[in-house]
Amino acid sequence: MAYIPPPGTESGQLIEPGALLAPDVPDAGTGPVIAAAKPRGLLRRGWEVFAENKLALAGLAMMIFMILFCFAGPHLYHTDQVHTNLNDTLCGPSAKHLLGCDNLGYDQVGRLMVGGQTSLEVGFAAAFVAVLFGTLYGAFSGFVGGVVDSFLMRLVDAGLSIPYIMLVIILSVVFHPNTFIMIFIIAVFYWLGVARLVRGETLTLRTREYVQAVKIIGGRRARSVMRHIIPNAIGTIIVQATFAVADSIIILASLGFLGLGVQAPATDWGDMLSGGLQYLQSSQNYWWLIYPPGIAIILTCIAFNFIGDALRDAFETRLQRR
Amino acid sequence: MIGFLIRRVLQAILITFLVTVFTLFLVHLFPGGPIRALLGPRATVAQVAHYDALYGFNKPFYVQYLKWVDQLLHGNLGFSVKLNQSVSSLLAQDLPKTIVLVALGTIVSLVFGVPLGIYQAVKRYTIGDYALTGLSFLGYATPTFFVGLLLVEWFSVDIHLFPPFAPQSSSIGGVLSQPRALVLPVIAYAFVLYALWSRFMRSSVMDNLVQDYVRTARAKGASERRVLWGHVFRNSLMSIITLLGLSLPTLVAGAILIEVVFNYPGMGLAFYNAALNVDYQVLLGFTVVATVATILGNLLADVGYAMLDPRVRYS
Repeated sequence: MAYIPPPGTESGQLIEPGALLAPDVPDAGTGPVIAAAKPRGLLRRGWEVFAENKLALAGLAMMIFMILFCFAGPHLYHTDQVHTNLNDTLCGPSAKHLLGCDNLGYDQVGRLMVGGQTSLEVGFAAAFVAVLFGTLYGAFSGFVGGVVDSFLMRLVDAGLSIPYIMLVIILSVVFHPNTFIMIFIIAVFYWLGVARLVRGETLTLRTREYVQAVKIIGGRRARSVMRHIIPNAIGTIIVQATFAVADSIIILASLGFLGLGVQAPATDWGDMLSGGLQYLQSSQNYWWLIYPPGIAIILTCIAFNFIGDALRDAFETRLQRR
Repeated sequence: MIGFLIRRVLQAILITFLVTVFTLFLVHLFPGGPIRALLGPRATVAQVAHYDALYGFNKPFYVQYLKWVDQLLHGNLGFSVKLNQSVSSLLAQDLPKTIVLVALGTIVSLVFGVPLGIYQAVKRYTIGDYALTGLSFLGYATPTFFVGLLLVEWFSVDIHLFPPFAPQSSSIGGVLSQPRALVLPVIAYAFVLYALWSRFMRSSVMDNLVQDYVRTARAKGASERRVLWGHVFRNSLMSIITLLGLSLPTLVAGAILIEVVFNYPGMGLAFYNAALNVDYQVLLGFTVVATVATILGNLLADVGYAMLDPRVRYS
């Protein structure tokens, strides 16, 4: 989604993401399942529920297709994405160029693959960095509690009160990002929402008997967090990670569209769209400049949304709630 | 209640302090500092030093911070050298236009999102529900600017129904006097929000429909219509109003992309141009205003919510 509301606000119970689709599942799993909530069992059972969901499998298939298209595609469909070819400028689709060429004569299909590599790499990596850091921060803060927790959470509140899109725009202007820096620009404020969510999760988990037991038998705090709290919050974390990938791809596309994304000759899907914008109102219809990258973004994000929703059902509703 | 209020206000003050420190720090991230970014690579070291001294950037960070906050508290948001205009006058000129866009877009999205979300909840797992769910998935997955691009392509390039650009007037009256030019930006803005409201409304109504108070109402013989509109709708509406209040500043910031696509002369476009021109005073001023507005919005939403729901105060 292009518009990103602050994840988990102070009145968090109102817009807690888990609540959004939870009631969709008619017959939730029953008692015995809860007893078997060891990490591995949780993952396997999660997969079983996930696999029953047709939309989820469709999403997974779309995601795999996109990855193959972008990363394996260039080995099958050879195009020159280094040298501009002005003879082919804006040429229409043909046997030689399946989706025509852009304004610099780059083959559009090849461009989609190269741009998609950036989009997917940044999407996955930014989501990974943000979720990893947010998880550790949130779990630590929630587990320690007290003044430290209050202060750490005020830092999160502060970060979340600056409109996200303004921040990424300023950071992109400051750093003229390449792919690697872009990952951090997107992640550096995205983790805040994850931290708040995981902290909430930790607050409920740390009162559980098995976490108390670790303390009583003299286990270190790090052990409680790493071995007990995080594994039990893993459902929430994975779901959040899935949506984070989709969000990151859209943010990257938005920055690319604003001309603040990765620098040429690298490209991403949003950057391709901004190139197409200039030709939108010309007398000839250059549809291949607009539709392919736009559809690629939409398909990829829908795929991750499907997967995320299904995972939420799989982890949260069936195994933990009821 | 008083205790809650004091605690909450103190928190807001602390957050405001942290945020302003961070925002000023952002300005120093520009390679060579803000003055170098403003004057460009050809300025001599002496020139940069001269302006650094003029603007106080040679002082320690805490002195800069105190002076800046002092200015902010006196309503001085800075002066854009690039535009030869004070940031507050720029804001006064552009913010109302953005508010028009955001207000219209939000109203349109609510008018469609809320009733359709309720419809989906009541008729869940039917063809209509699935179709609308598909639509909101599409809304979630489509970047705002791409919606804008498609609307321009379909409605102004292909069939010349609406102009491809937003009203270009500098005054708010001028913007409102060209309603046709407002149609596409408002639709583009509303589409993404529609997905948010309808999905939220659907799950909220479905949550509420299984609550005890609904069973009680039914047991007392209330008609389905009365249960839905008299009880469930009112409860769901309260949460959507809170959500709206919390996300208002984000909604304003979210207009940036739409304003760029349609060249709509609002705050978002001004912010974007400032980013391209490295006009740090505008970036700083706008960010601070948006952020403080967010903090105030959150505070008001929390306090309002605590007044309505006593359970919140003790948590």
